[in-house]
Amino acid sequence: MSEWIFYAFAALAVAGALGMVLNVRNTVAGALSLVATMVSLGGIYVMLGAYLIGVLQILVYAGAIVVVFLFVVMLLNLREDGFASGRQWATKAVGATLGVAAAVGLIGLLPAHFPEAAALPEGFGGYRVVAALLFTDYVLAFEVSSLLLLSAMVGAVILARRSTD
Amino acid sequence: MVGEAVILSAILFAIGTVGALVRRNVIVVLMSIELMLNAVNLALVAFSRQWADPAGQMLVLMVIVVAAAEVAVGLGIVIALFRNRESLNVEDASLLKW
Amino acid sequence: MLEVVLKLLFIVLVVLAGMLPLITWVERKQSAVMQDRIGANRADLMGVTLLGLLHPMADVIKLFSKEDFVPAGANRILHLLAPVVAIVPAIITLAVIPYGGTYVFGASTLSLVVADVDWGILFVFAVGSIATYGAVMAGWSSNNNWSLLGSMRASAQMISYEVTMGLSIVGLFMVYETLQLPAMAAWQDDSFRLLGFVEHLGGVQLPAFLGWIRLPAWGIFLQPLGFVLFLTCIMAENKRPPFDAPEGESELVAGYHLEYSGMRFGLFYTAEFLEVPVIGCILTTLFFGGWAIPFLPQETIISFIGAGFGEGFATGVCLVLHVLSFLVKVALMIWLQMALRWTLPRFRYDQVMDLCWKVILPLSIANVFVTGAIILWVEAVIA
Repeated sequence: MSEWIFYAFAALAVAGALGMVLNVRNTVAGALSLVATMVSLGGIYVMLGAYLIGVLQILVYAGAIVVVFLFVVMLLNLREDGFASGRQWATKAVGATLGVAAAVGLIGLLPAHFPEAAALPEGFGGYRVVAALLFTDYVLAFEVSSLLLLSAMVGAVILARRSTD
Repeated sequence: MVGEAVILSAILFAIGTVGALVRRNVIVVLMSIELMLNAVNLALVAFSRQWADPAGQMLVLMVIVVAAAEVAVGLGIVIALFRNRESLNVEDASLLKW
Repeated sequence: MLEVVLKLLFIVLVVLAGMLPLITWVERKQSAVMQDRIGANRADLMGVTLLGLLHPMADVIKLFSKEDFVPAGANRILHLLAPVVAIVPAIITLAVIPYGGTYVFGASTLSLVVADVDWGILFVFAVGSIATYGAVMAGWSSNNNWSLLGSMRASAQMISYEVTMGLSIVGLFMVYETLQLPAMAAWQDDSFRLLGFVEHLGGVQLPAFLGWIRLPAWGIFLQPLGFVLFLTCIMAENKRPPFDAPEGESELVAGYHLEYSGMRFGLFYTAEFLEVPVIGCILTTLFFGGWAIPFLPQETIISFIGAGFGEGFATGVCLVLHVLSFLVKVALMIWLQMALRWTLPRFRYDQVMDLCWKVILPLSIANVFVTGAIILWVEAVIA
């Protein structure tokens, strides 16, 4: 049962990703199909025992990041974006070849059989376990990431501001 | 399920790579990079499940933070670029190219 | 079996069938009372008007019989999908709302919540963040500049208020020490002495009668600032007045659902109206003790009635009382939202964003700090 749910999520994720990359006409529809990928990845995270990450995936990626993408598309008022200039078969062929090579190479690196997954301890992936680790062993990374977010925020404001003076 | 999840992660990463290389719309390129980050997250969560070690999930949290920062700065650049060039085609942003 | 039936009954009957048509009637009557009018009373079925209660039915018949129009140049698929995306999150949220506690009947246990997940409140936030797509898809797919402006406003407003909505109740999580909604409600089934802390200040002797004053241990009394901030944020999330800049009739005609007609327009309206009781449920659970009855904890009720009528009967009575208490509180929260909606004029769009980032965000961060300091003090002095 749970395998089939996993495969359904996986198929939806791949379909959404392909929809985003192959949709050359309509950026908004592409972004919306990326949302399908994000949400189904959230489902897969929950199935893999990472409850908090699964919810954060939907909250941050689907709920905020893609909405910001859509906001920018609407702000710039792009209804169609098929670029007229040359079709560039060479670039596309090289890109597709590299992509397939990357997929085959990465999958080839995997062992044929994974060992049986370890038994999960109580509360694995819940917010208590993750937070306990985040504020002890990883507190430096946590603080640094807050600085990163602050600098990104300031940078974005300065970049997007209309220079009036 | 862990093995399948890692294979799915590889497939998504490859799709993201193709998108980032082939598409010329800056916004789609940024979204493809997001997709690649997501694929990495999936692999991290799968390995974290394999060894029942929450350290992988910690790394995912950091990746989410980096992705949010990347989107904020990246879209800021996109807006500035559109203001100056009236275009979202990456090939119109080739002023520094030799 | 009984459990499943009860849970389904709550969702389908109480909220969808009962609350929703009723709530449009309540809204009309409330606005009429506040504006010194009579309100809807004309729809009649063979002379019976039922105080205007037939109006919701007439509305639905009217909406269903109208043409379902898709404008030229619209993106057809997204245009048809948007109302569905708008209404689904409001319904799913109900899955994690506890409308009663946990009751033990002999060998079996009955827990009155559909999905008792460890991260219940995060589920509410995640589902709420998906609701943004309804407005975004509707506005973008309609091929209309008013709609586009409306959905831009909607997306910016909803993302911003999601951030502050989460931060404004962090203090509450610190007090309850859980994210699980049933556990939060059970935590509040208690009371505390309002001035009890004075005894720990040293040297101060409290008059006996002041020491007797007790308050229910509800979120509103423990986090009053958190309540005000959260109420503001969640009302802004719902995009109803005074935060209806995304649809503002006088500026954007009707905003993101301008190009919708018939029942698809009705679905957008339904989503907004349905969110009113859902918000009422969330507010009740977080800040008003959920199903708890003030000063009468579950054990007291069961032991008091159980002494005369037996344990099982007492538990059953307690269950009914708790569900009733929950519904009464939700009704009060709905009244509060209606009163606010008909009292305040619409904020200008820049005022909405200023309120979010320059007022609510700093205040909620300050709230987290103050709450943390008080918790540390309490743990050091009292425990």
